Amino acid sequence: MKELILIIVGSALVNNIILSQFQGLCPFLGVSKKVDTSIGMGGAVIFVITLACIATNLVYSFVLVPLKLEYLQTIAFILVIAALVQFVEMFLKKNVPSLYQALGVFLPLITTNCAVLGAALTNVQKGYNFIYSVANGIGTAVGFTIAIVLLASIRESIEDNDIPFNFQGSPIVLITSGLMAIAFLGFSGLI
Amino acid sequence: MNKCGERLYNGIIKENPTFVLMLGMCPTLAVTTTAINGVGMGLSTTAVLVFSNLIISALRKIIPDRVRIPAYIVIVASLVTIVQLLLQAFIPSLYESLGIYIPLIVVNCIILGRAEAYAAKNGVVESAFDGIGMGLGFTVGLTFIAIFREILGGGAVFGFEFIPEDYRITIFGLAPGAFFVLAILTALQNKFKAPSATNGSAPKSALACGGNCASCSGAACASNHAVLEDIRAKEEAKAAEAKKAAALKAAQAKKEAEAKKAAEAKAADAKAEE
Repeated sequence: MKELILIIVGSALVNNIILSQFQGLCPFLGVSKKVDTSIGMGGAVIFVITLACIATNLVYSFVLVPLKLEYLQTIAFILVIAALVQFVEMFLKKNVPSLYQALGVFLPLITTNCAVLGAALTNVQKGYNFIYSVANGIGTAVGFTIAIVLLASIRESIEDNDIPFNFQGSPIVLITSGLMAIAFLGFSGLI
Repeated sequence: MNKCGERLYNGIIKENPTFVLMLGMCPTLAVTTTAINGVGMGLSTTAVLVFSNLIISALRKIIPDRVRIPAYIVIVASLVTIVQLLLQAFIPSLYESLGIYIPLIVVNCIILGRAEAYAAKNGVVESAFDGIGMGLGFTVGLTFIAIFREILGGGAVFGFEFIPEDYRITIFGLAPGAFFVLAILTALQNKFKAPSATNGSAPKSALACGGNCASCSGAACASNHAVLEDIRAKEEAKAAEAKKAAALKAAQAKKEAEAKKAAEAKAADAKAEE
């Protein structure tokens, strides 16, 4: 149990997927204008990364390892993730329209997101078993959501500020992310 | 041959993926802690990009349109695996320091972007040169950022230390430094009004991603394709309609002219008879 908590805290705060690993940066900068949409994006990411970690772990330990095809993990994982996202999208559209309304727009956006593949590959690299993989997936996704929602709320509150012309647009967003990354560096003493 | 040179120029300067298109930001920020990492990442990506462009361009008439994105992903992932195994075997030090970012080349927007935007529509040789140009442009971008960060953060260039430890700004070698360097770069682009995807010069369009390359993850391509196809079909229909209308008008005008002529001739005849 202690191990699990350490993994979740480690992947959510200490090795935050965005602010220290730089994976999933594109949606982080692109979909963080409004808090509402960023929460939607975060929800979709939590959903997809958790499912992807489960699926890739099963594929790795029950297909690739017995067949001694571990070197095909990149190809296998990206295909599993792409198929999974398509499947989830169809399933939600048909059976849970309310959830599809909330997350649907973001699902295709994260098919080829580095964060999803990155989390799956990290699980293999660190040799996590099934439970630890899922914990790592959840932690990673929660870290992503924390970062994107924080950035979105900061962006909303500096929207009306008088920012020098040269720093308007993406420079100020990047500076904000940099300051957030400094703050997150502080978590490194946690574990 | 001229076309190939133009592709190189386009990739390295005019549409530089790092400075102008702002694509592939994850590796740009993550591996640029030292110049040697930047060069290694750039060249690995170049190798994948050249061969993926080559293969996709050669297969462009065989791959059915509906499944092209999965097909591209399989091709790219195979190439990335090859590059990964080669690095592991021959340059283990680079393999260690790039770590997870090598398999993540698969999801680099530049590669799928070029496949979709260029290789799927053009010949093999041009596509290969497009890959070389874009790859070198990416390498140059990464190397510049990495040199900058290595000097400020580590006091060294390619491992040769020349700034004493007390005068280094360690933060530039850490994660926040990457954001700051990129922020300053984009601010300079704003200042000099240099063409870049980030200073809002990107057109707002009906595309699924809103034409915003900074938030591209490659997956929007399929829906973009549909939108573009739609627009094209609409334009074609409009053009055809306009043509038809013009033809109709011309025919009418001709008819009228003929009728007028006939009437005139009749009138003249009648006059002559009188």
